[in-house]
Amino acid sequence: MWRGRLILILLLVFCFGLAAWLQPRYDESSKKDEPSSSMLGTLLGDGRQMVADYFYVQADVYFHSGYYPSIFDQARKQEESDSDVSHPEEGNGQEEKGFMGEPLDWIDRFSRHFRPSRHTHLQGETVQEMLPWMKLSAELDPQRVQTYIVSAYWLRAGLAKSAEAEDFIRDGLRANPHSPDLLFVLGQIYLEDRKDLPRAKNLYLAALRCWHETEDPKPEKSDTGEFRDYLLLERILGGVIKDEMAAGHPDKALEYMKTLKANAAHPEGVQKQIDALQAKINAGAGQTK
Amino acid sequence: MNKIFAVAGVVIRELYRRKDFYVLFFLTVLITVLMWSMNFFHDDHIIRFIKEFCLMLVWISSLVIAITTAARQIPFERESRTIFPLLAKPISRWQVLVGKFVGCWLATGVALLVFYIFFGLVSASREHSLQFDSYFQALWMHWQLLGIVVAMTMLGSVALSAPSANMTFVFVITLAILTMGGFLHKLAQSMSEPAASLLTAVYFIIPHLELFNLSTLITHDWPVSNWLDVLAATLYGLAYMAFFLLAACMVFRRKALN
Repeated sequence: MWRGRLILILLLVFCFGLAAWLQPRYDESSKKDEPSSSMLGTLLGDGRQMVADYFYVQADVYFHSGYYPSIFDQARKQEESDSDVSHPEEGNGQEEKGFMGEPLDWIDRFSRHFRPSRHTHLQGETVQEMLPWMKLSAELDPQRVQTYIVSAYWLRAGLAKSAEAEDFIRDGLRANPHSPDLLFVLGQIYLEDRKDLPRAKNLYLAALRCWHETEDPKPEKSDTGEFRDYLLLERILGGVIKDEMAAGHPDKALEYMKTLKANAAHPEGVQKQIDALQAKINAGAGQTK
Repeated sequence: MNKIFAVAGVVIRELYRRKDFYVLFFLTVLITVLMWSMNFFHDDHIIRFIKEFCLMLVWISSLVIAITTAARQIPFERESRTIFPLLAKPISRWQVLVGKFVGCWLATGVALLVFYIFFGLVSASREHSLQFDSYFQALWMHWQLLGIVVAMTMLGSVALSAPSANMTFVFVITLAILTMGGFLHKLAQSMSEPAASLLTAVYFIIPHLELFNLSTLITHDWPVSNWLDVLAATLYGLAYMAFFLLAACMVFRRKALN
């Protein structure tokens, strides 16, 4: 009897010792910015990315007020890749065709009376309804930069909540410190909403530096067919130019325009802008003389 | 008819004596209030997310109440041997079964009404308006669905040996129909014969419970459905209830009770 109790006590001591030995090592290995530090992330473990993707799609479902193809519909993949919530401007002004098609039988026809059957997008302040899904998605997968960018867009454009957008972008930057996309969006907030030109410029330049750090080592076109993100570079340079123009430094803006021209998809358009700005500078110089 | 309602009355009294409903209602309230208190970007007008969660909890709770209540009726009467004094009275087996069904259906209806009143309050707290006709339509359709589920469970309770097996079976079937029932014909299109024909036959035979789920419409503030469509869905639901009850009565008529 006493031997059994002794074994139990020894096992208890062993378990306690093992737990005390493992705990600090586990804390060390799990960084603070990792999603597992959140309760939801810990509960879901490695499945969190899948759930984060689901939550992101849910935001799109809410954007369409529930009118969305099911996983059994052929149109589901197309709708997910289109993701109107990420590119709302593409859906505007054009009548989108419904995914339902003709009903296949009387049950299918009848069931359509009890579910959303019209393609709509959330308008005005109602866009707030999809934001909880975005926030939960970002909590589960903080490395997904797109979630922060899309949320910030809706917070600023739809709800005029610039401060909340900035906080959320900063959350994203804590998880992705060298993301040029996030730095660019933060620059936009400082330039367009705060009118804080020097800080906006610093952020754009940081975005530019990070873009070069991440994109320069990549080949022009990788084996998987991916290109360097020149579109982002154009947008960052466009932001710097806008900032310099607002600050009354057209000559500096001209320098950045030349850099932009070298990387632009349509250099002839940029050249026109350069010519126009150059003419303006010359005219200004003529007047002062 | 009086005999049926007398049996039904006993079932209703049993529901409010048991703790199941109170526990589920308390959990629904607790989780919804927790969701309600969550802060997303300092916005206190977000409601659809809470409505969806609250409705999901209402659906889970109502299914648990309906299935567990219905599945225990006949087996409990047999185990405690109270079925013998009950049948010694001038009441036939089918009247007992129908009385049990009516009792369970009405009891789940009362429980559902309480849940929907709570849902309405949660919704009105942020929307500052109450879409009474939409919520009543959703409640009505939800109750029809529970009627079919209760009738199906009654059939299972006389056909299957143990209540636990019956509950599991009905839960699985109900959830499968709710999630996939409306898409079986689409799945069949991509299958080869004879599986495609078999799946299509299943699609036309099963009760389409998903027709009665108006959660998406009321979560996203879509306008109410046409009342004639609701009437047609009600008749569709009543037809399935009648079918399951008739089958249950036929099985119960020949069933040895000891």
